[in-house]
Amino acid sequence: MRMDLIQPFINSADAVLAQGLASSIAIENLSMEEEAYRRKGIAAEVCLTGEIEGRIIFDVDLGAALQLASRLAGVEVSETDEELVREAVCELANQIIGNAVTTLNDQGFHFHVRPPVLHTSDQGSKSSEDTEALVLCFNTSSGNICMNVALRYRRQDTAERAAIAG
Amino acid sequence: MEKFTPVKRSEDGQPVRYLIVDDSVFARKNLARMVETFGGQVIGEAGDGVTAISEYERLTPDIVLMDITMPQMEGIEAAEKIVRDHPGARIVMVSSVGYQENIVAALQRGARHFVQKPVKPEVLYEVIKYVMRDDTAGAQSAGAGA
Repeated sequence: MRMDLIQPFINSADAVLAQGLASSIAIENLSMEEEAYRRKGIAAEVCLTGEIEGRIIFDVDLGAALQLASRLAGVEVSETDEELVREAVCELANQIIGNAVTTLNDQGFHFHVRPPVLHTSDQGSKSSEDTEALVLCFNTSSGNICMNVALRYRRQDTAERAAIAG
Repeated sequence: MEKFTPVKRSEDGQPVRYLIVDDSVFARKNLARMVETFGGQVIGEAGDGVTAISEYERLTPDIVLMDITMPQMEGIEAAEKIVRDHPGARIVMVSSVGYQENIVAALQRGARHFVQKPVKPEVLYEVIKYVMRDDTAGAQSAGAGA
């Protein structure tokens, strides 16, 4: 997977999480995932279509999700406020993806973002050779937030098709 | 949350009335909390562009805070439809997707301003103040776009 596609997501996650949690965060782990995605906490998925297509999943530990929800809502949110915590994770995903998409669009990539949806199943589909998944885990004071990015760059396909046709 | 000098309607000194449109309940509550610190009053909420149009007709708010990426009908299309029927509508787009193309499209279709998420209260406050005193410019741009 091309790092120029990934870097805006890392930068955006770093900035939005630092603001959302009001504390510094660090990338704890970065790896390529060949196996199917397995959900660990509360997860939201955002799909992209266009020159770049694929999906990004945000998987947030319950502790981090509660802290985020409390901070964003301005009131203490407990485990019993399940809906609010899920909403907070979706909104977080929306903000991180939106900011990254802004950077990529201004760099000349054109694609569309679908609204975030809650990822409720325990397991997702396995990434393929051309949509390999990159997993980034951010360590925060209240738990881990993982970003599972499986994107495919389609502009190359168009160029390849044109070369074959030409 | 920080306290701000209340923004009032110039014609009668009453609180500014807001319609908040976002598919995320969470984002709506967050924005509502913010505008209340500006002395505003949230008179309605909507979770998609179609509902936003009907709620605008029903409530005629002073300002609409409108997300872009939403199910059914996206914010830019909803803003265009509202402004077409109500050229004086003050719509501020509030979205995490803030690339230049999107901002230009929103402004060309009648939105008065654009605020990128995550929203900083002090930024939104300045935009609200600007939009509320921008009646003349707004009417002119709405007229030019008609």
